[in-house]
Amino acid sequence: MSELHAETVPFVRGTMLPQASPPAAERGLYRWLRTNLFSGPLNTVLTIVALFVLWWLFQHFYPWIRHSVWNASSMAECRAIFAERWGEGAAGGCFGVIRERWNQFLFGFYPPSEYWRPTSAFCLLFLALAPVLFTESRQMRWIVVAVASVGAFALSMLSGAPAPELVCIAVGVVVWIAVIEYAPRAALVLTLVFPFLAVWLLWGGSIWGPATILGGAVIGVVVWRLLARFGILAVVGGLAAAALWWWFLSGDAAADLQRMLPLSLPRMESRSFGGFLLAITIGVAAITMSLPLGVILALARQSDLPIVKAFAVIFIEFIRGVPLITLLFVASLLLNYFLPPGTNFDIILRVIIMVTLFASAYMAEVIRGGLASLPRGQYEAAGALGLNYWKMQRLIILPQALKVSIPGIVGTFIGVFKDTTLVTFVGLFDPLKQLADTIRATFEWKGAYWEPYIFSGFIFFILCFGMSRYSMHLEQRLKRDHR
Amino acid sequence: MTHLQPAEHQPFRLSMLIYDRRYRSLTIQTVVFIGVMLFAAWLVNNTIENLARLGKTFSFSFLWARAGYDIPFSLIPYAATDTHMRAAVVGLLNTLLVSFVGCVLATIVGVLAGVLRLSNNWLVSKMMTVYVEIFRNVPLLLWILVILAIFTDVLPAPRDYRGDDAAAQMILFDSVAPTNRYTAIPRLAVEHAPGPVVIAGTPVNGALVAFAVALVAAWLVWKWLRGWARARQNRTGRRPVTWWISVLLFVVPLVALINLFGVHLIPPTLAGFNFTGGVNLDNGFVVLVLALTLYTGAFIAEIVRAGILSVSRGQTEAAFALGLRARPTMGLVILPQALRVIVPPLISQFLNLTKNSSLAIAVGYPDLRATLGGTTLNQTGREMEAMMLMMGIYLVLSLLISAVMNLYNARVRLKER
Repeated sequence: MSELHAETVPFVRGTMLPQASPPAAERGLYRWLRTNLFSGPLNTVLTIVALFVLWWLFQHFYPWIRHSVWNASSMAECRAIFAERWGEGAAGGCFGVIRERWNQFLFGFYPPSEYWRPTSAFCLLFLALAPVLFTESRQMRWIVVAVASVGAFALSMLSGAPAPELVCIAVGVVVWIAVIEYAPRAALVLTLVFPFLAVWLLWGGSIWGPATILGGAVIGVVVWRLLARFGILAVVGGLAAAALWWWFLSGDAAADLQRMLPLSLPRMESRSFGGFLLAITIGVAAITMSLPLGVILALARQSDLPIVKAFAVIFIEFIRGVPLITLLFVASLLLNYFLPPGTNFDIILRVIIMVTLFASAYMAEVIRGGLASLPRGQYEAAGALGLNYWKMQRLIILPQALKVSIPGIVGTFIGVFKDTTLVTFVGLFDPLKQLADTIRATFEWKGAYWEPYIFSGFIFFILCFGMSRYSMHLEQRLKRDHR
Repeated sequence: MTHLQPAEHQPFRLSMLIYDRRYRSLTIQTVVFIGVMLFAAWLVNNTIENLARLGKTFSFSFLWARAGYDIPFSLIPYAATDTHMRAAVVGLLNTLLVSFVGCVLATIVGVLAGVLRLSNNWLVSKMMTVYVEIFRNVPLLLWILVILAIFTDVLPAPRDYRGDDAAAQMILFDSVAPTNRYTAIPRLAVEHAPGPVVIAGTPVNGALVAFAVALVAAWLVWKWLRGWARARQNRTGRRPVTWWISVLLFVVPLVALINLFGVHLIPPTLAGFNFTGGVNLDNGFVVLVLALTLYTGAFIAEIVRAGILSVSRGQTEAAFALGLRARPTMGLVILPQALRVIVPPLISQFLNLTKNSSLAIAVGYPDLRATLGGTTLNQTGREMEAMMLMMGIYLVLSLLISAVMNLYNARVRLKER
């Protein structure tokens, strides 16, 4: 057999040929260009059009950016520099306005001696967020905590915080880090306390005001725990105790404590808030409050109690049906009508309330989508285990529903943060319009149109893009199935 | 079951209102209802008290008073002597106009960008990604202000178009002239206009009626033609070629009517320092439409992309395996499934665009907020009534749009068993 074969096949290769390299057309840059840019007539046309558009944009914007000047104290100086460097008639970006008015863009009219307060509050915000957002990766948590605490201390020192306050910040931060590391559950309590601390840092006044309000919440929780075996009555009791404390005692208690142990910071008017301080204050406040409110509204809308459901539907549809700008006008024009005669409270607070209500309606719809996506079996299984309504929601339903709705929730956050710029129309100094207009109204910076827009747009882009990327990361991390 | 005894035999005790699941929901609802009503009563009471203190009454009679202010951009005849009511209607129509034009353009931009982002052309898809991310992550107000600044600061004044070597050139074959005060576009003119046709007592433009009748007739014939073709296909297995008849059906009557009435475009021409002949569109309108289009277009692009990606590749393969060609695959298999994902968020983007059109405040375009919620409110001092009316109108608009969405959702819902 083999001999026959040997006769019919004159040559059999004993070794493999060395691998040949692919033909020139299937290699390297040429191949990439052919598959990605010129794979057919339509693609070729698209590429040429795209190149043309890019060239057009480059031609129009590059000279302006190349001629940018950072070291100038007025528009006239900028123009002189342009004329000197690039000849008469040259135009360019006068980014000196950002350098000169940097503090105003960040803090508005907040007094410079107090800049350390918003700065440290902003850095401490990340310490408060660490036990909530960065739970899984220890390394990530350490980076965030370290940067935030060093930032809180160093930036406060640089912006001239007095020595006793600096010591307080240092000690507080070290203790806080220790709690985050060794007692993560207790760190959650500190996270809940943080809003009161932030309010005190930003607006100043006596520390005992926010502290006694916090005390009311603590009393409510204690009463609720004590009465826990009475079921629903415990909730009522806790709420009543807290309300009684706030209504009758907290004001006097705060005054007494202040007399015994004066601890206060200079009080700040809301009018002095501006720039990104204002945007971030309103944004963060509305975001943190709208999430729990949205959960409650979503549960109410999904509940089988018809009256509760009807109220939730009316509220959500009303808020979602009107533009935010009309709600802001309600805050500035009408809210005083709805409150007892003589009440006149802070415009920022009014705006925060309205933005929170607005965001919570959208949040409720997003979370309702998450709730609706859960299969019916989850509810039935929870019921079969004998869990009551709240335990079922807390342990079974909400963890899954919230996970599903993360993209929507973060989308709402981004929307709220972008919408904070609308406060410009009720006379607050947002970074986009009112503050930029104020700066343009000065003699030095008359005509500085583009630079403030580019700067604020850039900051908004970084913050919003960062949030959306973080939500994608979170979505990937929390993914448990392989759909 | 632990309930050995039938529940009806238990005597009613007061504690059952709290601990018995049958009565507890009733208790909770009663408490909530009373609480909400008390809160509402408190608000209403405060309002009445505050209004009384300021010596104000609550009435909408100001709507029939003389408005006394001019509105620079109006779709219906309006003069300063008209009522506040008419001013509000002018504002509402302006809001509707800007929303409608914005929705149409944003859909076009969004679909284009969404499809191009999925294209296998690396450069184009990256450019579309950059467009979508930049526009989505920056506040709309910034885009409005930037485009406004471009229009007022960069564009030439009308007089720059004068002369033989003018500083500025008209674009789109000498038909559109963007200037720093308005954008001049051509006007549609009818040479031999037929007389008005009286329908139900009101005279309607005759040419418009003729076009409408022609279109409806063509559509009816086209429907019949399609039915005939389908019947023929069912009978013989061969579909007759009808596409050229369909095209002719719509094109021929339109061309005939255009020639009959002498419909043509009058381009804007420079007379003195201003453009005349065409329509001078208010820049507030143009800026607002452009900004809303580009901003909402970025969101729609994402929706379109997600919709197309949501149809799995297996669907295309299965359709090909069944012997369908590329076009019927797209029309019968891919699009119906993708649209089910695309349309609901698309409509909610329309809703957002309509609400965002209230940012007209930044460009001085006289929309509903500027007339009813702006000048009227300031002149009459009736914040409560004007705001309530304005919010009510926006609410009705939104509810109408959501009603359309619900109808669509009900129609395309998967039939579950």
